[in-house]
Amino acid sequence: MGKTFAEKILGMKAGKEVVPGEIVEVKPDFAMSHDNTAAISKTFKQIGVDKIDDPERHVIILDHCVPAANEKFAQNHKDIREFVGEQKMPNFFDINRGICHQVMAEEGFALPGHLIVGSDSHTTTYGAYGAFSTGIGRSEMAVILATGKIWLRVPETMKIVVRGKLQKGVFAKDVMLKIIGDLSADGALYKSVWFTGPTIDAMSMASRMVLTNMAVEMGAKNGYMEPDDKTLEFLKNRARRDFKVVRSDADANFESEIEFDVSELEPQIACPHTVDNVHPVSEVKGTKINQVFFGSCTNARLEDFEIVANVLRGKKVHSSTRMIVIPASQQIFLQAIQRGYIQDLAKAGAVIVNTGCGPCMGNHEGVPAPEEVVLSTSNRNFRGRFGSKEAEVYLCSPVTAALSALAGEVVGWEGEEW
Amino acid sequence: MPKIIGKVWIYGDDVNTDVIFPGKYTYTVTDPDEMAKIALEDLDPEFAKNVKPGDIVVAGKNFGCGSSREQAAFCLKYAQVGAVIAKSFSRLYFRNCINAGLPAITLAESPEIFKADEKIEIDLNTGTLKCAAGIFHFPPLPDAVIGIFNDGGLIPHTRKILGID
Ligand code: SF4
Repeated sequence: MGKTFAEKILGMKAGKEVVPGEIVEVKPDFAMSHDNTAAISKTFKQIGVDKIDDPERHVIILDHCVPAANEKFAQNHKDIREFVGEQKMPNFFDINRGICHQVMAEEGFALPGHLIVGSDSHTTTYGAYGAFSTGIGRSEMAVILATGKIWLRVPETMKIVVRGKLQKGVFAKDVMLKIIGDLSADGALYKSVWFTGPTIDAMSMASRMVLTNMAVEMGAKNGYMEPDDKTLEFLKNRARRDFKVVRSDADANFESEIEFDVSELEPQIACPHTVDNVHPVSEVKGTKINQVFFGSCTNARLEDFEIVANVLRGKKVHSSTRMIVIPASQQIFLQAIQRGYIQDLAKAGAVIVNTGCGPCMGNHEGVPAPEEVVLSTSNRNFRGRFGSKEAEVYLCSPVTAALSALAGEVVGWEGEEW
Repeated sequence: MPKIIGKVWIYGDDVNTDVIFPGKYTYTVTDPDEMAKIALEDLDPEFAKNVKPGDIVVAGKNFGCGSSREQAAFCLKYAQVGAVIAKSFSRLYFRNCINAGLPAITLAESPEIFKADEKIEIDLNTGTLKCAAGIFHFPPLPDAVIGIFNDGGLIPHTRKILGID
């Protein structure tokens, strides 16, 4: 019997054949942490080891509250810079670089066949590049700093095949919301999820990242896509290390196989307060919104800016609505400036903010007041996620966000040209 | 391991980390006592005020879904919760419980078997749970991780392995 991608990678790392359910001790190729590195470094010090195991293994990216919103966040960043200096860690990216998951891809750390862990649940994102990547806790990251090692359970694999050409106005986000809505928030609990099929093949790398990013919203341990020419093209002159593409064998044991035909799919929206509370946008059309947030590691890449700029160009964000825009990285920000998208958005009345996470987890730069309604291109809408537990958050694609910003209420694409 | 005896606090399915330990506190609230005071703040404001040492949090499926933040496990430990029982746990939450040395028990039965405010008894050695509705069994922790749990969590365990303690 053949092996799945997950069994192969974890087996390679453990130095033996492994089966699902088995627990193995492994050394990850890269370990990513962000603003939580200060807390991690304090836990590391409690262990009682002076020097970290391998400075090259760790990637530290400041993004969760950048620039610092207050003294506490500033102290947090300062502590991290000192730790990085003390331990001579080469892979450090300060507040001007971007959201961690985007930076991992842009800087060539997200590599096929690599085992990557991160002290952030959306570490699943790098599966779009053929990596096995998953989130871990802060204490676990502290132990990796000290010993390089972590235990992982070998997951069962779920194969999701996506077929059909997407209609105009329908994007990767709508596909993923549909999948999560159908399978539910624990539909892939502990599983390795392999996304495959013609619809995925047709997607850009940026769109593929939307699916692997949100795989954790249905409980998955990791999301995976087989590298193809687009992947290799993206990695040219970018990959930090040599890599080997790892694929599942055709006769591997998949715990389940599910097909989605998305050719008739309408734009989708996740309603408060769970990511799996998904409906076609047409069902909640007309819901008034106070703020649109176009940002996050899910949907604020250049292709998203292009669409949003095309919708907003020459128009105005509705007077009853605010629009906050945060590019996923500084590189994207610069490209969006060069192409004139930032000007289009600013002229339409949007507020452009420094790259980073912003209000996505309620820290700063546009958190809503109680009872306000936010329409967001991010990945999570739990109660309190944006700061106020009385605020309501809906999740949608960038085009739905842009059209709704103009209308001041939720609307999906209905055949407008842009 | 001694038996865990405490009053149950019963919640539903898909309790996420944002309601257990809100994201806005993740970089600003770090003191254990302060963390205990905001445990479950956005789910049940009465919890932190009234929880007693040994009390047990009971929930449905997918407990602890969402963020990787381990404060969502540690804040319950600091509130001196004796154990968390759920139909299933998110994988990150389950890991964080082991790392915190907080018993996370996967029980096939639904939370409906428990009566509000009843006292129950858990024996981790035998994998049994006694409550008004009867005696129930749950699977023990995997062997590979039981050492971490027995040493009181990942950090003390690592110190032991490295020969520091
Ligand atoms: S943008 Fe939001 S989901 Fe993404 S890493 Fe930042 S806080 Fe997490």
